[in-house]
Amino acid sequence: MTHDMYAGTSETTEGKVFTVTGQDWDSIVEGLAEDVDERIVVNMGPQHPSTHGVLRLILELDGETVTEARCGIGYLHTGIEKNMEYRSWVQGTTFVTRMDYLSPFFNEATYCLGVERLLDIEDQVPEKANVMRVLLMELNRISSHLVCIATGGMEIGALTVMTIGFRERELVLDLFELITGLRMNHAFIRPGGVAQDLPPGALDEIRAFVALMKKRLPEYAALCNANPIFRARLDGVGHLDLEGVMALGITGPVLRSTGYPWDLRKTQPYCGYEDYDFDVQTWDTCDAYGRFRIRLAEMWESLKLVEQAAERLAGLEGAPVMVADKKIAWPSQLAIGSDGMGNSLDHIRHIMGESMEGLIHHFKLVTEGFRVPPGQAYVPIESPRGELGAHVVSDGGTRPFRTHFRDPSFTNLQATSVMSEGGMIADVIVAIASIDPVMGGVDR
Amino acid sequence: MSETPQNQSGPDQPAVEQSPENVPAETGEVTAVGARTGMFGATGTGDTSGYGGLVAPIVYPAPAQRPFGGWYDEVADALEGTVGNVVIHRGEITFHVRREDLVSVAQHLRDAPQLRFELCTGVSGVHYPDDRGNEMHAVYHLLSMTHNRRIRLEVSVADADAHIPSLVAIYPTNDWHERETYDMFGIIFDGHPALTRILMPDDWPGHPQRKDYPLGGIPVEYKGGSIPPPDERRSYS
Repeated sequence: MTHDMYAGTSETTEGKVFTVTGQDWDSIVEGLAEDVDERIVVNMGPQHPSTHGVLRLILELDGETVTEARCGIGYLHTGIEKNMEYRSWVQGTTFVTRMDYLSPFFNEATYCLGVERLLDIEDQVPEKANVMRVLLMELNRISSHLVCIATGGMEIGALTVMTIGFRERELVLDLFELITGLRMNHAFIRPGGVAQDLPPGALDEIRAFVALMKKRLPEYAALCNANPIFRARLDGVGHLDLEGVMALGITGPVLRSTGYPWDLRKTQPYCGYEDYDFDVQTWDTCDAYGRFRIRLAEMWESLKLVEQAAERLAGLEGAPVMVADKKIAWPSQLAIGSDGMGNSLDHIRHIMGESMEGLIHHFKLVTEGFRVPPGQAYVPIESPRGELGAHVVSDGGTRPFRTHFRDPSFTNLQATSVMSEGGMIADVIVAIASIDPVMGGVDR
Repeated sequence: MSETPQNQSGPDQPAVEQSPENVPAETGEVTAVGARTGMFGATGTGDTSGYGGLVAPIVYPAPAQRPFGGWYDEVADALEGTVGNVVIHRGEITFHVRREDLVSVAQHLRDAPQLRFELCTGVSGVHYPDDRGNEMHAVYHLLSMTHNRRIRLEVSVADADAHIPSLVAIYPTNDWHERETYDMFGIIFDGHPALTRILMPDDWPGHPQRKDYPLGGIPVEYKGGSIPPPDERRSYS
């Protein structure tokens, strides 16, 4: 065995340790020649390209069969929940949007719904704000499912699925950029409504996007649905039936792949979802293929919802997007200036030149923030990965006393062992991709 | 002149018996958990506003009295004798449970046909340093998909004896959630199969989400100055 400073071997009390960096499997085989019937523990990740981010898998192998699979998480822990305790309630949205980075609007929405419940202003949130929330969340569901299908395809070698997935996701991100100014980390949904009105021309862009997606989505079906190679990798892999799903508290497409039509948008509607026409998608195979088909079908449903929301927004031109209560509503509107986005010049002129009270009000609300009555609230929503909820606790102050996110990726990742133990090592990747964990949400 | 002045009260005016609907709702005992001082919450520098002497107690929603209304009573009846205070706030119901009863309550909530809270969405710890003798709270949100209901269980224990029985045997999904709460708050879930840290490194000292966890300041390269930790900065909270 040649010496390799990056991929050497060492003896420990647990046995011989090999460091594998790729293209050096021969050394492992050679090294194991004398004791082949020993179990091998493979540490996969946290930098492995197929583990969906910084997930570390500890796999115990017997040949190519996985006998034990465990997860090591926490590599992306950034203490967001703790940080929020030292920022105002509005600033909290800036943190939560960074948790599950593939579904930022859902993080913001569940947090804001919790804060609004504590403030007791749920009924005062204007209709346009709710419609815009639905619009953004459904666009976000499409982009999130696209990444899931794209990376899932890449991990099994279907690179075309990856390239077309990211091609379409780019279109959604363009819409986000048009509406919120940013491709991710929007902090656009705020307690009391949304940050800004739709920019001119946004509805036309959204309609053009929907029309284009109706042409593009069938490509995925044509490419994958009956593709024998694709199906051979996904059929029957990552099997988990309803009993297992319920015991492990798993929600979202994994739950619906057991045939149980549980979707919070239907069962416990929020943001006015009860007024939209859409269906809950289920499959009955309890496997990775079923989850793929559910995600594909949910994108169609989301397109339906986006269309309906766009139609409503066309009739709500000029309507308010933030609660009327000046003690809560953010005082300024943003505008694009020659040096980028900032407070609108009209607002600056008003507070600097016309109204001392306006200036005081702006200053107090922006630096101190508003107070939220003591209590706790939990308003879960249906994120692309399942039930996402924020346990929001206030002690009557201007900052969250405690916010805990029940992130579906965190909970669903617990199914890794039951989905992959007893299967082949190659199927571990498929099983995890079918859970669609986002490590930003898992570790927070 | 009316013969019965409006503002007269006492035994001669049995108004309460005549119109029981006007009796103010009885609320349970309310205890203040901590207090805020001053008008602006600013600390560190003198408050020149003249409002610096204000003391406002922090009072959490009071326990509700029967009848709770709707299905709340159904669930409360089924749990009679095993739960303490029941708080209904903003349409969400919270049952305060003693830790001795937690496991039997959860088992009953999951298995009884009229309850069927099949899904536990994990446990969330909250540290109330001013709630003397009950500093550590563990909050469980339960969902009944059968009946489409949500309830919240809350268990409070003293910081000095932060032990709560594990619910992993009843809700296996709580495995990682309890590990996280242990990691962040130091609450020990007795009976958990492997209560180890999950998000922080294995050798990390302390439990970061506790309110008394020391926060770091940031040294700046200017005359040896430093930015103080966030909990020591001047703030409005």
